[in-house]
Amino acid sequence: MTLESTLESVARVEAAAFECARSAGFDEDTASNLAMVAREAVVNAVIHGNRYDLTKHITAAFETTADALRIRICDQGDGVDVEALPDPLAPENLLRASGRGIFLIRAFMDEVHFRKLTPGTEVTLVKRRLGLE
Amino acid sequence: MSMKFRTRQVDGITILDLSGRITLGDGSVTLRDGVRDTLQKGSKRILLNMGDVDYIDSSGLGELVSAYTTVKNQGGDLRLLHLTKKVHDLLQITKLYTVFDIRDDEAGAVSAFTA
Repeated sequence: MTLESTLESVARVEAAAFECARSAGFDEDTASNLAMVAREAVVNAVIHGNRYDLTKHITAAFETTADALRIRICDQGDGVDVEALPDPLAPENLLRASGRGIFLIRAFMDEVHFRKLTPGTEVTLVKRRLGLE
Repeated sequence: MSMKFRTRQVDGITILDLSGRITLGDGSVTLRDGVRDTLQKGSKRILLNMGDVDYIDSSGLGELVSAYTTVKNQGGDLRLLHLTKKVHDLLQITKLYTVFDIRDDEAGAVSAFTA
């Protein structure tokens, strides 16, 4: 999917991720969590990556293999150093109104990989299909 | 389904019955407006009934925190009632469970405000 850098794109990817997860055999709760994670990744791409720049696009790809569901979200922005982000669980950050998106992504996925593009960032979200058909 | 709410008063406590999704955009803005309007009417003891909130994202969590700090900064208190499992789990993994006063029964939550 190639999408505009708008919040409307967030809902499209979220719905597609849910359907893909259900098709991959994940139960409704897990599929809902995967859809939320995809949502967070696209929100980051639109807001922090492309900064709502309509000349830049978001791409979303879904791949189901025997072992896992992989979701790849790419933006064309300047990139963010995810390792430098504040820990949202630190006592001094608990009352911050933002900064939990990537934490939630990591909490619900088995693997999360960030890769620098030229330009942009690719985030790959992996959920293993252990015990699923 | 975006978020909706209705407001009622019980023993001097303002209860906002929320339903739907608290997410970036409409849901977060609706919650912000609801809490702001409640404060402007002079009610500083607010109970958010989350029993029909089936979905919340990181932006929605941030809005809950903002509402909490806004009310606290005005000398009031904001508490949560009837978390769904999904919202409960999110508050637990983000440690926000340690920030909010969370109740499972409305009568107890209302009386605890005045205790």
